[in-house]
Amino acid sequence: MPATALKCRECSTEYALEARFVCEKCFGPLEVKYDYSALAGDPAGIRRRIQAGPQNIWRYHDFLPLEGGSPGPSTRGASRAGLPAGCTPLMRADRLAAELGLKEVWVKNDAANPTHSFKDRVVSVATHRARELGFDTLACASTGNLANAVAAQASAFGMRSYVFIPSDLEEQKILATGVYGTNVVAVKGNYDDVNRLCTELSGEREGWAFVNVNMRPYYAEGSKTLAYEISEQLGFRTPDRIVSPIASGSLFTKIAKGFQEWIDLGITEGTLPKMNGAQATGCSPVATAYANGHDVCRPVKPDTIAKSLAIGNPADGPYALELARRSGGGIDMVTDDEIREGISLLARTTGVFTETAGGVTTAVLKKLAERGEIDPEERVVIVITGEGLKTLDAVRDSFTTHTIEPNYDAFEAEFAVAGSR
Amino acid sequence: MSVKVKIPTQLRANSGGEGEVVVEGAVVSEVLDALFAVHEELRERICDEDGGLRRFVNVYVGGEDIRFEQGLDTPVPAGGEVQILPAVAGGR
Repeated sequence: MPATALKCRECSTEYALEARFVCEKCFGPLEVKYDYSALAGDPAGIRRRIQAGPQNIWRYHDFLPLEGGSPGPSTRGASRAGLPAGCTPLMRADRLAAELGLKEVWVKNDAANPTHSFKDRVVSVATHRARELGFDTLACASTGNLANAVAAQASAFGMRSYVFIPSDLEEQKILATGVYGTNVVAVKGNYDDVNRLCTELSGEREGWAFVNVNMRPYYAEGSKTLAYEISEQLGFRTPDRIVSPIASGSLFTKIAKGFQEWIDLGITEGTLPKMNGAQATGCSPVATAYANGHDVCRPVKPDTIAKSLAIGNPADGPYALELARRSGGGIDMVTDDEIREGISLLARTTGVFTETAGGVTTAVLKKLAERGEIDPEERVVIVITGEGLKTLDAVRDSFTTHTIEPNYDAFEAEFAVAGSR
Repeated sequence: MSVKVKIPTQLRANSGGEGEVVVEGAVVSEVLDALFAVHEELRERICDEDGGLRRFVNVYVGGEDIRFEQGLDTPVPAGGEVQILPAVAGGR
């Protein structure tokens, strides 16, 4: 495989490709290092091979950290290798663009994954690597979407699983996790409390692969496939701008890493997109640091309806800040009311119903458009990471239901008044 | 006043393999100094050159991140627990 080592992002110390996530010298995060020299010089051949690959993220296995390469012949419908993720729609959103005074906006709808969020991508990669390393149990610290993905992937493989969630999580996300037959552990605390417990547990439980703790370097690589897909779906071109939510900052930075790898190898045309991050005001450690010109984030106590983004102590915050500045993008925050309006705006103009995180992303797109930061000629892609059915409370009481008697006159009376015949 | 310090697996090579160390101290900085007096190698793993916490080290007193309290001056109750953990985990 092209992956050669785990490398510390802070002090560059290298480690073998094992289940470890933190540098023993400086506690910095470890990241997968690759040697792509075998792929250099033949971008047309690589593009052909990708296009002949399966309809899931394993069409990009050349760029993922698995020893065995693509895990067997699978299609989106039939898999011999767990629950296949990816190949979600990229749809042009002309009505959304028109409403915002923009020319070209695309929606990458990652709610179209097996458990309805982008987490299926990262869990696929982490699980396959965990199996290569001999783990028999999957676990995670989650705000819900990851719990769904881990529970489902474990069931597809017949692995044991434990998912740790904050006890105040939306009921939809808890139900959509328990149904897979996992062990649901509701921790009395917020996500950062859950994360602290899992970090401690991962050091004590051998044989457990915590996808976002000890498997985190592999897990994070799965997010690169969003960039690969967007590029491929645009005809192997990079868009001018990406708007993506930020929680830990992992997704945001890995999307850029994916584009940069393909730019360096000549697989995609174009340059690194301007990277715009989106946070909720009620949990905005990265956006606040960005606004204040800081290069590290001060942890916060989350208080927002966007629970899937409610990470008060974002591990990749410093790298997200650096990326937003380097790429000419930025990081913005939006209020809970703006989030609800964002959900509604996307639904009304595109037919895509997203969860609160997608409301954050759409609301930030609107904010950027209103500020005049987006050139009308730009091709913008917004990354919609999850499904509206998981956060139904966010849209409760946001519209009127017409309740009528079951007869023609009652209907006519109701809509004659409304005047929308 | 005795305090229990919990050492993460990643640092146990520097603590003689011990996962828990009992030391004396009334605030976090005193507890850490007492810990370093026992296991000097832990100092450069946990603290930077200026004596502050490294960027990717989290310290908790009774489960609360000391960055939300008074940092290294956070009081530690007698019989309390100080936990050291890597900050780099999670992701939605």
